Amino acid sequence: MNERDESEDTGDGESSEESAHELRISKIRNGTVIDHIAGGHAPDVLAILGIDSATDEVVSVGMNVPSDRLGYKDVVKIEGRELSQDEVEVISLVAPAASINIIREYDVIEKNRVERPSTVEGVLSCPNRNCITTADEPVATRFEVLDDGVRCLYCGTIIRRRLTDHIDV
Amino acid sequence: MTHDHVISAKSLSRADIETVLDRAAEIDRSPPDRDRHADDLLALCFFEPSTRTHMSFETAIKRLGGDALDMGPVESSSATKGESLADTVRVVEGYADALVLRHPSEGAAQMASEFVDIPLINAGDGAGQHPTQTLLDLYTMREAAGDLADLTVGIMGDLKYGRTVHSLAYALTKFDARQHFVSPESLSLPRSVRYDLHESGARLKEHTDLDAVIEELDVLYVTRIQRERFPDENEYRQIAGEYRIDAATLEDAREECVVMHPLPRVDEIAPDVDATQHAHYFEQAHNAVPVRMALLDLLLSEDDR
Repeated sequence: MNERDESEDTGDGESSEESAHELRISKIRNGTVIDHIAGGHAPDVLAILGIDSATDEVVSVGMNVPSDRLGYKDVVKIEGRELSQDEVEVISLVAPAASINIIREYDVIEKNRVERPSTVEGVLSCPNRNCITTADEPVATRFEVLDDGVRCLYCGTIIRRRLTDHIDV
Repeated sequence: MTHDHVISAKSLSRADIETVLDRAAEIDRSPPDRDRHADDLLALCFFEPSTRTHMSFETAIKRLGGDALDMGPVESSSATKGESLADTVRVVEGYADALVLRHPSEGAAQMASEFVDIPLINAGDGAGQHPTQTLLDLYTMREAAGDLADLTVGIMGDLKYGRTVHSLAYALTKFDARQHFVSPESLSLPRSVRYDLHESGARLKEHTDLDAVIEELDVLYVTRIQRERFPDENEYRQIAGEYRIDAATLEDAREECVVMHPLPRVDEIAPDVDATQHAHYFEQAHNAVPVRMALLDLLLSEDDR
């Protein structure tokens, strides 16, 4: 299976014929394709990965691409970078339907749906300025993943919206 | 006890709580031998001021025959040299058999417990939790009401920042109490506590006016509204005045309604309440000793660990 197949025939009914005419994002040789991000949430995924205007990585972003499964979806392709498990777990919080495709020499060598973890460690910062994790202590943040947000396992603060405002990468 | 650390009332089971309260009642009836814990040292690390909690823990360990190691005021501790809390508790662990920690940051006790193997007791972490206050609150309620089953409890004052309130609400939920929370909207329960209470099936209602519920209450638990929570002095005075009770307020209460307060009070309970049959807050403060003796006895007794 080549990378064009994985990004254009996503298994949710999108035909490769249609996609071939509407291909908007170029293939990558090595790296990661994050597919089936809900429409409009690609910037959140980029924020989690620490990719902003100062990046020198080769990144392609498709937004609001028609999708049978999601209606509209976003796609992010990053050349030369394979995501860590920690990064994938946090992506699951903003893009629960996403699939992660690892590409080597244009081939998809691994394809996984994201799975919501029960906790995330060391990626988010607690918005409670009085939480012990914001002090100069040798401790990583830990958040319990709830159905509709996350919760600091130290002070109990719940974050429901704008999760990407609290990413500490 | 199933927990070596006592961090949050949320993690204490109903059975854990009843074990401590039963032991406290035994101690009240028949004080243990003065050498029961003669070799035990209790470290007191208070990074915030305290009178009742500090003194009652010290009394409790001494009445059990042990001794207290007091870190002293935070101004004279290594914290002023920039030592982390994690390092402080790891050092103190080598000196003592159990550690009592009060700290201004939420989550401090949880974090500190991850660095030590001796039992760590949370004596207040910022606006978070104060589980041993809850144990003595429940003991006082049980002694006054006879039973913790089927209680209707009103909790009034600063519900947002009041750590005693948060711990008490979690514990009362385990006893299926009906809980009425009375506060100005700006000081209502924090979202995280409300979330937990709903998740655990708490029977709770929130009010801005005590008059709406006072006739129903078996217990009225009053807490202090702190001046520093308000940017404006006038606003503080106006709101604090609305959540003040006096003997006249209690004329509408049930005769056996128990009025409690974790103390210190400022003026939220008028002195004329002290002479009524409702006043139980000094007895509540005194109950800190047998309850903390019971907790320390359970934590420090090898057979129970």
